[in-house]
Amino acid sequence: MIKALETLGATVLESLEMIGRTFNLLLVTVWEMLQPPYRFYPIVRQMYFIGARSISLIVISGVTIGMVLGLQFYYILERFGSTDLLGSGVALGVIRELGPVMTALMVVGRAGSAITAELGIMRTTNQIDALECMAISPDKFLVGPKVIAGILSVPLLTHIFDFVALFGGYFVGVVMFSVPEGSYMNGMVDAVQWVDVRLGLVKSLIFGLLVTLICAAQGYYMHLTKAGSQGAEGVSFVTTNAVVLSSISVLFADFLIGALLQ
Amino acid sequence: MSKFNIQLVTGIFVALGIAAFTYAAVNIGGVSFREQPSYTLKARFTSISGLRTGAVVEAAGVRIGTVSNIEFDPETYEAVVSLRINQNVPVQEDAIAAIRTQGIIGEKYVKLTPGGFDELLEDGDEILETESAVSLEELVSKYIFGGGSSSQ
Amino acid sequence: MSSSTANHGVTGNAIEVRNLTVDYGTRRILTDIDLDIPSGKVSVIMGGSGTGKSTLLRCILGLKQPTAGSIHVLGTDITKASTRQLYQLRKQTGVAFQGGALFSSMTVGENIQLALREHTELDENTIQIMTRIKLDMVNMLHAEHMMPSELSGGMTKRAALARAIVMDPKLLFFDEPSAGLDPSTSAELDELILMLRDSLKMTIVVVTHELESAFKIADRISIMGKGTILATDTPEGIRTSSNPEVQGLLHRKPRTSVLDTEAHLKALMGVRS
Ligand SMILES: Nc1ncnc2c1ncn2[C@@H]1O[C@H](COP(=O)(O)OP(=O)(O)OP(=O)(O)O)[C@@H](O)[C@H]1O
Ligand SMILES: [Mg+2]
Repeated sequence: MIKALETLGATVLESLEMIGRTFNLLLVTVWEMLQPPYRFYPIVRQMYFIGARSISLIVISGVTIGMVLGLQFYYILERFGSTDLLGSGVALGVIRELGPVMTALMVVGRAGSAITAELGIMRTTNQIDALECMAISPDKFLVGPKVIAGILSVPLLTHIFDFVALFGGYFVGVVMFSVPEGSYMNGMVDAVQWVDVRLGLVKSLIFGLLVTLICAAQGYYMHLTKAGSQGAEGVSFVTTNAVVLSSISVLFADFLIGALLQ
Repeated sequence: MSKFNIQLVTGIFVALGIAAFTYAAVNIGGVSFREQPSYTLKARFTSISGLRTGAVVEAAGVRIGTVSNIEFDPETYEAVVSLRINQNVPVQEDAIAAIRTQGIIGEKYVKLTPGGFDELLEDGDEILETESAVSLEELVSKYIFGGGSSSQ
Repeated sequence: MSSSTANHGVTGNAIEVRNLTVDYGTRRILTDIDLDIPSGKVSVIMGGSGTGKSTLLRCILGLKQPTAGSIHVLGTDITKASTRQLYQLRKQTGVAFQGGALFSSMTVGENIQLALREHTELDENTIQIMTRIKLDMVNMLHAEHMMPSELSGGMTKRAALARAIVMDPKLLFFDEPSAGLDPSTSAELDELILMLRDSLKMTIVVVTHELESAFKIADRISIMGKGTILATDTPEGIRTSSNPEVQGLLHRKPRTSVLDTEAHLKALMGVRS
C-alpha cells in the first residue's frame, strides 16, 4: 500500500518534471530561434519530412474516414427522414473535429515517433553533446526547425485531410446513396461558417506545436530520465512514451479548445 | 534526395495545403475576400436561442445577408442582433424579422418578411417588428397549458 | 598544490581543475580531483575502464555540472560561466568523443564542414578545400562522401578527429584515439597529435589506454584510479613511480584479487571462506 503510494508519488513528480522540461524546451527554443543567423532550409527539410512525406497517409485515411462518416450519418439520418442534412453533418464533423484530431494523431505516429527516436539516438551517441561542443545550439539546430515545421505542416495536412474527407463523404452520400447533390452541397455550405473553419485551423496549429514539442522533448531530455542509461532500449521506451503522451495531449487539448472557443 | 527535390516536393505540399484551406474557407465557410457592399440593420429579440453569428438572413428563401453580431442588452434583457444586408436589397420600415429553424433540428436563421411602407431603413436603423425563436419546449408547454404565457 | 587563482597566462595552465567532485545520481564518480593541464603541451590521462576519465572530460567541456569544485578553462570558471561565455570557449575547443559522435544524418564531409558553415563566412570553395585538407591529415580523403554508418571503428575515430580540428582550436580533447586502430594508423595519429602541438601550438588532452602511444606523445601523464588521480608527472616520472597501482597499470598486471584463482571463483559463486 505504502509502496503503491510511493510509486504514484514518484510518477506524479516525474510527470510534473517532464512537463516543466517540455515547457523549458519551448522557451529556450523560441529564444534561440529569435537569435540570428536565420536559416530556412532546415525548416523546409523538416516540412518535407513531417508534411510532404505524410500526404499519402493523410489522403488515404481522410478518404476512408469521410466515407465511414458518410455511411454512418446516412443510416442515422435516414431513420429520421432527413438525409438532406448529410452534407452538413459530414462537413461539420470533419472540419471541426475529425480533421484536426485525426491528422495530428497520424503525424504523431509517422513523424512524432521518428523525431523522438532521432533525438534520443543523437543523445545516447553524444551527437547532441558534440553539437554543444561545436558551439552550435542544439535547440536552434535540431529542435527549432522541427517545431516550426510541425506548426506549419499540421494545419496544411489537416486541410488536405478535410478536403479529401469531404470528398469521401460526398462519394458515399451522392454517388452511392443518391442524396441530391444540391441538398448535399448546400447543406455543407450553409452549415459550415467561418468560425468552424477557424476552429479547425486553431486546433491544428496548436496540435502541430504540441505533437512536435512533446516528441522532441522526450528524445532530447532522454538522458535526464531512467531511460537515459539504457541505450537502444531507452530510445524505444521514450519513443513509446512520446506517442502515448502526445496523443493524449492532442485529445485533451481538443476538448479544451472546443470548450473555450466553441 | 537532392536539395532541389526536397524543396520542390515541399513546395507542392504547401501549395496543396493552402489550396485546400482556401477551399474550406471560401467555398464552404463562406468567407469572401471581396466584401459585397452591404448595410447593417439591428433587430431586438426576446429570445434567439441557437442563432449564431454567421447565420443566414433569408427573404423568400433567398440568402440576402448574414448575422454579423449578437449582443445582449442588460437593461431590457433582449438580444440585439446585427444583420448585414446586401446593399441592393431594400428593407421597409415595417418589415418583420423572424428567427426560424430549418427543419426540426436544423440551423437557425433569420427570415425577413417585406412590409408595405414606402420608407426604407438605412444603415444602423432598427427593425421594430420581430418574432423571437420558438423553442420546442415552449411549443409543448403552450400546447399543454392552453397558451398561457410563461410565468417564471 | 598551487593556488587556485586561475590566470593561465601566469601559471601557464590552460585548464585548472580544483576539488572536483562529481555524482551521477547518488553514485560518486569523481572525488576531490585536482588537475592542471599546461598550455601548449600534450597531457595524457590514463586509467582503468570506468575510473571516470570520460566523466572528467565531460566536466571540463561543461557538459556535466559537477557537484562541487571549480574548473578554469583559459581563465574562465566554466562551472559558473554563462551560456554565452561557454559558447565563446567552445569555439576555441575541438572534441573527438569516445564513440565518434558523428552526426548520423550527414556525410563525413558535411560533418566536418558544419562548424565552418555555422561559425565562418567562408565561401563554398574554401570550405571544400579546408574539408579536404583536414580529411587528408587523418588519411580519410576517400571517405568524404560516406555516411558515418558505413565507417569502420578506426575510420570513425579519424573522421571525428578531423571534425575536431577543423576550426584550428586552441584546445583539443581526444577520448581514446587509438583504441581499435591498426598499429600503423595509430602511429600516424600520434605523429599528427605531435604535429598539431608543435606547429599549431595546440593544448591537447588525450585519454588513452595505449601505453606505447601514451609515452610517445605525452609531455605529462596523469594516472586515474577509481574516481581519483593517483599521479601526475612527466612520462619518465611515471615510469619510475613507486605507486603500486601506477606500476600495476604500466605492467598490465591484473587486479590482485583475480590472481588467487580459487578464492576469486569462490567469491563469485558466493561461497564465504
Ligand atoms: N550517464 C551516466 N549515468 C550514470 N552513470 C554513469 C554515466 N556515465 C558514466 N557513468 C559511470 O561513471 C563511471 C565512469 O565512467 P566513464 O565513462 O567516465 O569511465 P572511463 O574512465 O571513461 O571508462 P572507459 O575507459 O571504459 O571509457 C562508470 O562507473 C560509469 O558507470
Ligand atoms: Mg571513457
